[in-house]
Amino acid sequence: MARAEALPTLTRAELVRKPRSLWGDAWSSFRRHRLAMAGTVVFSLLAVATVLGPFIYTADPATIDFAAGYQAPSLVHPFGTNDLGQDLFARALLGGRISMAVGIVAMLISITFGTLVGSLAGFFNRIDGLLMRMTDMFISLPSLPLLLLIVYLFRDALHALFGPVVGIFILVVSVIGLLNWMPVARLVRAQFLSIKRREFVEAARSIGASDVRIITRHMLPNAMSPVLVAASLSVGAAIITESALSFLGLGFPSDRPTWGRMLFDARNFLELAPQMALFPGLLIFLAVISMNYIGDGLRDALDPRRLGA
Amino acid sequence: MNRYIIRRLLIAIPTLLIISVVVFAILALAPGDPMSQFAANPAVPPEVRENMRHALGLDQPWPVRYVKWLTEFVQGNWGYSFISKVPVIGLVAQRLPNTLAVLGVAYIVSILIAIPIGIISAVRRYTLFDHTATAFAFIGYSIPTFFSGILLIIIFSIKLHWFPFIYDSTLKVHDFSTLMTQISQSIMPITVLALFETATLTRFVRSEMLENLSLDYVRTARSKGLAERVVIIKHALRNSLIPVVTLIALGVPTIFTGAIITEQIFAVPGVGQLLISSIEVNDTPVVMAITFVYAILVVGFNLVADVLYGALDPRIKYT
Repeated sequence: MARAEALPTLTRAELVRKPRSLWGDAWSSFRRHRLAMAGTVVFSLLAVATVLGPFIYTADPATIDFAAGYQAPSLVHPFGTNDLGQDLFARALLGGRISMAVGIVAMLISITFGTLVGSLAGFFNRIDGLLMRMTDMFISLPSLPLLLLIVYLFRDALHALFGPVVGIFILVVSVIGLLNWMPVARLVRAQFLSIKRREFVEAARSIGASDVRIITRHMLPNAMSPVLVAASLSVGAAIITESALSFLGLGFPSDRPTWGRMLFDARNFLELAPQMALFPGLLIFLAVISMNYIGDGLRDALDPRRLGA
Repeated sequence: MNRYIIRRLLIAIPTLLIISVVVFAILALAPGDPMSQFAANPAVPPEVRENMRHALGLDQPWPVRYVKWLTEFVQGNWGYSFISKVPVIGLVAQRLPNTLAVLGVAYIVSILIAIPIGIISAVRRYTLFDHTATAFAFIGYSIPTFFSGILLIIIFSIKLHWFPFIYDSTLKVHDFSTLMTQISQSIMPITVLALFETATLTRFVRSEMLENLSLDYVRTARSKGLAERVVIIKHALRNSLIPVVTLIALGVPTIFTGAIITEQIFAVPGVGQLLISSIEVNDTPVVMAITFVYAILVVGFNLVADVLYGALDPRIKYT
């Protein structure tokens, strides 16, 4: 008896090993993907810098000082100055807010819409054909020309309704989102078709779960892995698209810097002030490549064939 | 096979019709007005403006305008540019050779580079070559064309003075020196487009080769004593190329879109640049025609990709 009391009393929770979940496994596999982790760090740094940066680095991005124009990077101006003598570092931080926000919000729109269409098509046979024809049609739309067209035509109307920045933001984000949901819809539909006949779905149905509950609680969580990969890749794609629009002079107004707009403004000063193009371009590149590496890491981590490897 | 092609063609036509309705409706419902430039001009009285609207058919409801536009479009009458008063089809035809030359060379170059690199990467997996090629492909895929173009201009035009950064469209090639000028002014736009395409294709060729190299038929080929070179080129490569060819066909519309930005950077007077400048001046007929040409390209090459896939892969039977 005395010996038995000497043993530490273990609770039931301590005896049972911590359960391993799909997401836990995926995370430990993702952590081993060095470039994906580097991408996560870089993208987080960019996000923090653009959100908090303007509060810490307080140089005014709009102050014009012709005497200080075309300066190369220095301690006073870490990224140098532009043709008007405005501080490029302050402008890049502020511009990053819009560029990053466009990337993330456009991704959310395309993922939400794509998941909605994909799960409806995959779950309800009756509307599958119709929804997939619609998806095919959207895939055939020439997206960049159409994007240019819509932004150009509706810019002034939204400007009048919501103001210069919010109006363009709503327009750009919704158009990018609505022209990019098709791959997600196809992925979700394919996943739904393959899990629709599985036992756990039958079981849920047999205990009387409603269609909505089966879709949201049982099927969607099991269909989300490829969507997550597509989501991370689409952030990068949306950042590039917004920058391309701004670069073609059809994005945000000029007093509101975004990375693409800064590149557009730099075009005529490549010889005098290459820093005007190099820094914003580098930031776009960093944001996009880090997101692409995150997507790559997620693809490996969420691939069930690789689990346990 | 023929029946499949015909059926696919029959699906392609309504798709194009719907796209044209969408594009037309966007233009028609947009708040902009091609006559607005005259609205601000006090020299044009309102009744003259109304007459012009009437003469151009702008006072009719948009579905009527759409049907009229479509019947003329299929007959090759693409209307007249509002700005330059020249037939749209002529404007597009005049710009098309520039776009096609730059695009075609870029695409061929990237196919010629990407296939060998992808093969070597897959065969020598996880070697220094593979890691370098994969990293290079990732960079090429992530760098936006407008930034790589500007980088090339800064390095090769401004610092090194090797190439001109403005494309001179008036240049006529008639002897060796003008040919050299033509080549040197085309190198940078071609490089920018080829970089992106090479990156995409290399990744794809590599993963297709890897997939095939691990299959049983490759082991069979090796075990019956074929040389490794024969196994890779005659067995694995031929099967890997089936989806690659499809991707090449599907990539054609993408590279046309990429050309919009590249032409803008280097001032190449191509179709993409015409589209941007027409959007800026509200030149509806030109914008409509070019957007629709892009739509035809997308639908057409989707069709080509599908048909090629079936023609190359005997496992796929069409009914």
